[in-house]
Amino acid sequence: MAHTLAVLVENNPGVLARVAGLFSRRGFNIDSLAVGRTDNPAVSRMTIVVEGDDRYLEQVNKQLHKLVDVIKISDITKDAYVDRELVLIKVHAEAAKRAEIMQLVDIFRARIVDVGLKTLTVEVTGNEGKITAFEDSLRPFGIKELVRTGKIAMLRGFKSSSKSNSHKEEDES
Amino acid sequence: MEITAAEALVRCLEQENVELVFGYPGGAILPVYDAFNNSTIKHILVRHEQGAAHMADGYARVTGKVGVCLATSGPGATNLVTGIANAYMDSVPMVVITGQVPTTQVGTDAFQEVDITGITLPITKHNFLVKDPKQLSVIVKKAFHLASTGRPGPVLIDLPKDVALSKIKFKYPKNINLPGYKPTYKGHSAMVQQAGKIMMKSERPVIYAGGGVRISGAAPELLQLAETLSAPVTHTLMGLGCFPGDHPLFLGMLGLHGTRYANQAVTECDCLIAVGARFDDRVVTKISGFAPEARIIHIDIDPAEIGKNVTTHLPIVGDLKTVLGAILPNLEKKDNSRWLKRVCRMKEEFPLSYSQEGRLKPQFVCEKLNELKEDNAIVVTDVGQHQMWAALYMRFNEPRCFISSGGLGAMGFCLPAAIGAKMGAPERNVIMVIGDAGLQMTMQELGTAAEQKLPLKIFVLNNNRLGMVRQLQEFYCDKRYISVDFEFNLDFAALGRLYGMEGYTINTPEQLTELLPQILTSPAPVIVDCIIDREENVYPMVLNGSAISEAIGSGKRRMEDI
Ligand SMILES: Cc1ncc(C[n+]2csc(CCOP(=O)(O)OP(=O)(O)O)c2C)c(N)n1
Repeated sequence: MAHTLAVLVENNPGVLARVAGLFSRRGFNIDSLAVGRTDNPAVSRMTIVVEGDDRYLEQVNKQLHKLVDVIKISDITKDAYVDRELVLIKVHAEAAKRAEIMQLVDIFRARIVDVGLKTLTVEVTGNEGKITAFEDSLRPFGIKELVRTGKIAMLRGFKSSSKSNSHKEEDES
Repeated sequence: MEITAAEALVRCLEQENVELVFGYPGGAILPVYDAFNNSTIKHILVRHEQGAAHMADGYARVTGKVGVCLATSGPGATNLVTGIANAYMDSVPMVVITGQVPTTQVGTDAFQEVDITGITLPITKHNFLVKDPKQLSVIVKKAFHLASTGRPGPVLIDLPKDVALSKIKFKYPKNINLPGYKPTYKGHSAMVQQAGKIMMKSERPVIYAGGGVRISGAAPELLQLAETLSAPVTHTLMGLGCFPGDHPLFLGMLGLHGTRYANQAVTECDCLIAVGARFDDRVVTKISGFAPEARIIHIDIDPAEIGKNVTTHLPIVGDLKTVLGAILPNLEKKDNSRWLKRVCRMKEEFPLSYSQEGRLKPQFVCEKLNELKEDNAIVVTDVGQHQMWAALYMRFNEPRCFISSGGLGAMGFCLPAAIGAKMGAPERNVIMVIGDAGLQMTMQELGTAAEQKLPLKIFVLNNNRLGMVRQLQEFYCDKRYISVDFEFNLDFAALGRLYGMEGYTINTPEQLTELLPQILTSPAPVIVDCIIDREENVYPMVLNGSAISEAIGSGKRRMEDI
């Protein structure tokens, strides 16, 4: 089963290498990983999607925790959360097919962000299900290129997985 | 007043009460060496950086303090790698300082540039590249804190030359903030209660003790636990010395080359209490055959070790000494006499044994050494057959008396580690048990030992071959021996004399018996080349794919029949 981990890390150089290195060294598979700063510039938030059973996830969790730069890990899979992913798709679009494609773009509430001689580039955001459906419906036209940001996620309501509370200023000399 | 970051680094080390550092200089670390000129810290010049790392390691294992080693950038740093990995695998507290090319050149493949923080990512507990000189003292403080607390390990600080030369105001911080680092020391109280109940209910308990006992200083609690529960104690290679070797409840080492009775007791026990051990594959061999009847209680400070290799019934994360201290008051004295009788029978029926026929036997050398060494002597081994013979045939009554490369199994460890150990405990006798191949891996450090006037006692169990690999080829390659025999015979006694040691060559048990008392009490450094039976194998031995109860090589009788 796919698990979504919300991981708070200190925004230190090399932190991504530490996390990625840990996954490859321990033979853990990352489905997707998205990373960026939080409202606190010293802290970054990673959203990591991993596939595996509970025992496997327990090891992933514990090994991640051993990284000194990792502040907090929340497995939000079973909580109510919103998740989004942004995808750019460059699709083959002969003049005759454009109307049809634009209709699909409308239905999926996607946006056309670039128009080429024989292509259209489309941006779509949404959860996994929507994105897969959109991708499937464009495939018959010929997808020339596709990039995904990886999923980002956030708990619904008041709960937060991005506050560590413990990030004090340190004694600098 | 402003000082250079390099000078600040040395001041930081002084603040951390560092007395000794081991290292080798070079261009990128020049400013740091310069700063040692004005320090009380003693710098030991080694012969190879791997030696520096192993020395810091040996020093740390004996003293319990953080070992410190340093090297220059590039090749200096890469030469440390084996030593860092070794300390990481055996949870040894170490701070490693490397010079780096100036920040302006980092990333340009400059002369003697390597990405040592990248290289050591998976073999350090944490590492730092110092970019801002103002951060240096905070980083050093963090490094010592990380290395020595929780589950200890090596921490590396990479210091670019231009940063080292920058001027800063020095102030050693009182507090550091590591929001992602909070080791658990106290065990969960419900789990502690539960553990006590399971232990009291058990009729056939066994304690399986690892290196965590030494690290946590929990040997007294372990002894009390064993005696209260009447639980026999088996130990890992790292756990040797954590439980008195002359105690009736002592079972010796378990696992691949464990004693038959330790392995059998684990197989038959109904409750296995794992303390500061990590169910390593050399201990467990076949998972399904390991303690199949037992409820497993696993106490360790590293949560990631729990449930990693085997499923445990009751995990307790915490510092061993603290957790055992909390469990003990809930226990009452048990005698489990039927179980102890059964274990006694196992010991009588399946003792360690070897044939005295033929040439000098390595086991005999270990037994003799064991008989004559002082109780507080430190035995350091290398890796191979001799290591297993020492672990099986020697007894220790306190922790920090037996030092060996466990997790990494790094040949070449023994000599530098012994040097570090002797420098950490100058008043104690340091005895090396080493193979002829392992000594040749780092024997350049004989120069360091001579320079420091260390009266090491080196016993080379010389079979003039890679004994352990020969044994593997015998069993797993149908005796197709390849690349395990040395054709050149090195005279180790003569080698020792070149370095100012007394050198002896011993061929018979009689010679050994006669010379040993004088060697062990001599104030001089001594090397003893023991020419041993080349065909000797380490037994018992659990073959690949077998359970620990299925060891071969010590009698044909079946455990079930006793
Ligand atoms: C650095 C390193 N290289 C290779 C090995 C594999 N290895 C394990 S034991 C051994 C032979 C050791 O021979 P020796 O030092 O003579 O000890 P003996 O086994 O004969 O007692 C080898 C090559 C190792 N453990 N470490």
